[in-house]
Amino acid sequence: MSLVFFLSDDALALACGAERVAAALRAHAPDAEIRRTSSWGMHWLEPLLEVERGGVRTGYGPVTAADVPAILAGEAEHLALGPVDGHPFIAAQTRLTFARAGRTRPLDLGDYRATGGWRGLERAREIGPAAVLDAVTRSGLRGRGGAGFPAGIKWKTVAEAAGPVKYIVCNADEGDSGTFADRMLMEGDPYCLIEGMAIAGFATGANKAFVYIRSEYPHAIAKMRAAVEASAGIVAPFAIEIREGAGAYVCGEETSLLNSIEGRRGEVRAKPPLPAHEGLFGRPTVINNVLTLAAIPFILAEGPEAYAEFGMGRSRGTMPIQLAGNIRQGGLFETAFGATLGELVIDIGGGTASGRSVRAVQVGGPLGAYFPPSLFDTPFDYEAFAARDGLIGHGGITVFDDSVDMARQARFAMAFCAAESCGKCTPCRLGSTRGVETIDRIIAARAAAPTPVRAELVGTQSTAGQPLPSLSTAEKKGSTSTSSVQTEKGQAELTAALTLIEDLCETMKFGSLCALGGFTPYPVLSALHHFPEDFGGAAETAPAGSEA
Amino acid sequence: MVDFDEHIARALIARHAAREGPLLPILHDLQAEFGWIPEEAVRLVAHVLNLSRAEVHGVVSFYHDFRDAPEPRPVLKLCRAESCQARGADALAVHAEAVAGDRIAIETVYCLGLCSVGPNALTGRDHLHARLDAGAIDALVAAL
Repeated sequence: MSLVFFLSDDALALACGAERVAAALRAHAPDAEIRRTSSWGMHWLEPLLEVERGGVRTGYGPVTAADVPAILAGEAEHLALGPVDGHPFIAAQTRLTFARAGRTRPLDLGDYRATGGWRGLERAREIGPAAVLDAVTRSGLRGRGGAGFPAGIKWKTVAEAAGPVKYIVCNADEGDSGTFADRMLMEGDPYCLIEGMAIAGFATGANKAFVYIRSEYPHAIAKMRAAVEASAGIVAPFAIEIREGAGAYVCGEETSLLNSIEGRRGEVRAKPPLPAHEGLFGRPTVINNVLTLAAIPFILAEGPEAYAEFGMGRSRGTMPIQLAGNIRQGGLFETAFGATLGELVIDIGGGTASGRSVRAVQVGGPLGAYFPPSLFDTPFDYEAFAARDGLIGHGGITVFDDSVDMARQARFAMAFCAAESCGKCTPCRLGSTRGVETIDRIIAARAAAPTPVRAELVGTQSTAGQPLPSLSTAEKKGSTSTSSVQTEKGQAELTAALTLIEDLCETMKFGSLCALGGFTPYPVLSALHHFPEDFGGAAETAPAGSEA
Repeated sequence: MVDFDEHIARALIARHAAREGPLLPILHDLQAEFGWIPEEAVRLVAHVLNLSRAEVHGVVSFYHDFRDAPEPRPVLKLCRAESCQARGADALAVHAEAVAGDRIAIETVYCLGLCSVGPNALTGRDHLHARLDAGAIDALVAAL
């Protein structure tokens, strides 16, 4: 009976020990074939091993090397998942962009074509550039990097721009914590991105593309380089070059990314001129996120209506949502816009990994707002999040349990901005540092405030399941002063610092050149407004965390 | 890490000099070859690309990946971003510092894209580690 194994070679599977599992398979079943596929995106089950015996495919996970003999003997029922494509986490999704996830070998051109690959590009070449622009516009596709700008309008602007040289730039500088969809797409289905870029080039008259991938993604860089080489003949005369970032978060901002490719400091450019008019090397440039470009082959192959039929309001199609942080069932969940935050975190994600209650979720990366469970009815949609002073950003959801100290999260948002600021504009460069100092004063003063600081924080900072020593030294220091004079003085300092932080956030929001300084107020103010008890104030009337 | 060698550096620079925007690819290769970007390399790159030394220095100092001094110790890059924080990375970092002592450099990285299985770390060029706890850190540090 033929025996075939399917095991992901995605970076996350490797980090979880997939190579050790592969070695054990080779040792215990030397004649069997091991196919290294992309990841299904069920990360709590990685390494996820599928075994095909006589045409029947069964999944097991999470698998260690030590489990291999039992799996081969058919005795690992506690790890058995049944057919993986029927798993509730997969069956509940609408996978348009991630249709191949878990199913194909990332660099196998045969697998790609057999699953509908290159049909979008062939269709584009049949109907011509103008009809491609029309299809992308009618699909309603908006930029998946975070800003949500309509892709069709951006492409049309570049197509209409005069000039013999134009560029396509793919922003693969996925620096937001809580996001990994770009990485999974590049490592799992690189030809899909290449096809999307080739269609963009065909539609706009650009012959050259750059993919700017952050250096923290060495596996994605290697896969993309191999895929570009293997598919060069198919997309020719369109040419693609892979560029490696150098550890600067701000280079995810499109104009600083362009500067970085050009070999400059990754400083933000003032807009206008828009990159569509004067972008890379001063030429008209389409700059799109990985997920935007990877959505294109489906739109061309299946038609814009097939894509636009999913979604809600002005958010059409699907969004690959990333469930991250302290979550029981973390991973990639592609679904039509409109699912609520509560459905995603509780029903799909299964709540926290630590088993404690959910206290906060940060949506949209380090520049996204923190939401309490009382706002879990918010639907995943650009406008719905904006209406609640948040953003969906790149679609990452980071879950925190009730051991989180929101004042420290607000401080981190400012500290991160200070560390990653490009330095060009003052509100971001200086405001972030003053923000850290101000929140430090709040943390020091809150212990003296009338509402006691959540004392249970000290000593219970939990990791996924296990207690670890607390880092909250500031709280311990602060809690020693209790005389009434000090209390009064502390209260005055606290009030002054809280006023200052609101004011500072206002300045950063409206005075910064780009989203780094401009959006850092989102996590800071949302933490302050939804979790005032962590800042020495009284709790919201419906205590955050009570519903989870 | 090897000592700066002008012949090697010239060859690395020549490999990229004809590309559009060659500076970052060149600096990456120099960093990989020497383990840092020495002043002699800055001078050489500036000369070959017809840039000022200040321009090249400005780029080197802007990006976290390029070192202006060698790091002879093995490096463990621990993710300290929000998703790993939510899974206990802050406390783990304190533990890592303690067990690493002076022998291993513990550095901060913001996000390795494994945000559902943290805390995470990177060693070497591409060796990733997930679901770290204190015991896993001890084993990692001992093996470096």
